[in-house]
Amino acid sequence: MNSPFKQLLVSAALITPLLLPVSAQAALAYVSNEKDNSLSIIDLDSFAVVDTIEVGQRPRGITFNHDYSLLYICASDDDTVQVMDVATQRIVASLPSGEDPEQFALHPDGDRLYISNEDSALVTVVNPLTHLVTGQIDVGVEPEGMAVSPDGKLVVNTSETTSMLHWIDTSTNQLIHNTKVDQRPRYVQFSKDGNRLWASAEIGGTVSVIDVASKEELHKIRFNIRGIHRDKVQPVGVKLTSDGRYAFVALGPANHVAVVDANTWEVLDYLLVGRRVWHMALTPDEKFLLTTNGISGDVSVIDIERMKVTKSIKVGRYPWGLAIKPD
Amino acid sequence: MSLASYWYAFSGILKRESLRFIHQRSRFFSSLVRPLLWLAVFAAGFRAALGISIIEPYDTYITYEVYIVPGLVAMILLFNAMQSSLSMVYDREMGSMRVLLMSPLPRWYLLLSKLVASTLVAIPQVYAFLAIAWLFDVEVPQVGLLWVAPAVILTGVLLGAIGLFISSFIRQLENFAGVMNFVIFPMFFMSSALYPLWKMQESSEWLYWLCRMNPFSFCVELIRHALYGKLNADALLVVSGCLVVFTLLAVLTFNPERGQIGKPNQR
Repeated sequence: MNSPFKQLLVSAALITPLLLPVSAQAALAYVSNEKDNSLSIIDLDSFAVVDTIEVGQRPRGITFNHDYSLLYICASDDDTVQVMDVATQRIVASLPSGEDPEQFALHPDGDRLYISNEDSALVTVVNPLTHLVTGQIDVGVEPEGMAVSPDGKLVVNTSETTSMLHWIDTSTNQLIHNTKVDQRPRYVQFSKDGNRLWASAEIGGTVSVIDVASKEELHKIRFNIRGIHRDKVQPVGVKLTSDGRYAFVALGPANHVAVVDANTWEVLDYLLVGRRVWHMALTPDEKFLLTTNGISGDVSVIDIERMKVTKSIKVGRYPWGLAIKPD
Repeated sequence: MSLASYWYAFSGILKRESLRFIHQRSRFFSSLVRPLLWLAVFAAGFRAALGISIIEPYDTYITYEVYIVPGLVAMILLFNAMQSSLSMVYDREMGSMRVLLMSPLPRWYLLLSKLVASTLVAIPQVYAFLAIAWLFDVEVPQVGLLWVAPAVILTGVLLGAIGLFISSFIRQLENFAGVMNFVIFPMFFMSSALYPLWKMQESSEWLYWLCRMNPFSFCVELIRHALYGKLNADALLVVSGCLVVFTLLAVLTFNPERGQIGKPNQR
């Protein structure tokens, strides 16, 4: 992929915008392929893979900085978070992330990256601008899910073995509260207003809706898919639409995404996607939801208006994380 | 013979087929109930049995219900074709065939008209089935509803020609049911109507090839692709080729003397 010809193309692409009026470019989805050590880039107009980039070993969580000029990549087996320059597609730095980084969350200020270190029961705080570690917080065993509240005051981390949500005050980097949820919490997501926190429990097979003010569970959502054994229902990724209507829950080896009414917490539908669906991302216009299906090695596209899966796009082996760059 | 008289004959045959269909209301319902039973009962039971894989012409993963709908459309056509060749045998027995053949138009034209007319009768059955399948959450894209019509006509005429060809060898109405068991069931089960053929290949290679070569499989695939606005060129070629061959064979082997017409001579 890194042929001289391609480099020429890349440099041509860099110079051309200076010479020509900038043409409209489609939004792009970046998908990390855990077993291929690569990123697949999907054009969101044509829904086709337009490029594949080699990155560090076992890339999992990925996220953009706020102006989409940099992409942070958890290269788990390299024990680092790589920083990729989006325009040149080159790795420009490696952040000291601690061991085995899996998921992370960027603070709204853009100067703090909260990284979960799966093997060492730690949350590492790194400043991606100075590349310095600014804090380490002890949490439960096997930390994984990570989310920063919209106002930037709270960070929530999940620990898979301890089955707890750990609430961290971002001003002091202190653990302030723990909330017990069902077995093996994998992912947390704040609602847009910051009042609710959604947490999935993979082995428990549930999603807990937590009141952020009291840090207490308000409701537990259970899933029941016709023809699929309960043990296969293993919720991981959760995504909420910003209009507050829907919550989507990726149900792992059940190969379905649950559509949940975000107000009544009622499951509205189950949509069939590829095998072992874990993580998801909404397109900038929130018309489509993309899912990574690890075992079948593809990304399914859900048309939210029609609530139908319209396409599945082949990517690399074991796609894991998803990040979307608007046009 | 003028074009008008050709049209006159065709419209007469079409009218008779339609009247026959309208008067046999139970036939319309049974033609719908049969595939619906498969969709509601069989597909529910086998929902999880189908392996998960993306196959042409689908863009994503599908449930078993979605998979078998094109096969059930072909099933409607298969039963319709067999019913129409059955009525051919009946006509021969009852003597109404004699009235048809009294027409000065060429025999191949009359037979082809009969095939096309009975296929046109099947079209409402197909759309009614697709409408009900929609309630089962099998949503076909709008463009597919348009494209499926030519695929249905081609398939219907081919299956009708096969039925007509077989009916040429049948002396009496009573024999027909037995023969049909040897045609309909192998044709339907040894095809891609109920299971994707790669699934068949996993268990038996020779069975796979038998299914692969079955013209009915090509009919199913032609309809399947058309329903999703795609063209399966192989299927189109095979279905059109078989249509020409079987229509020729049916016309050549057609022998009205097998029924009532031939009886006085036997006495």
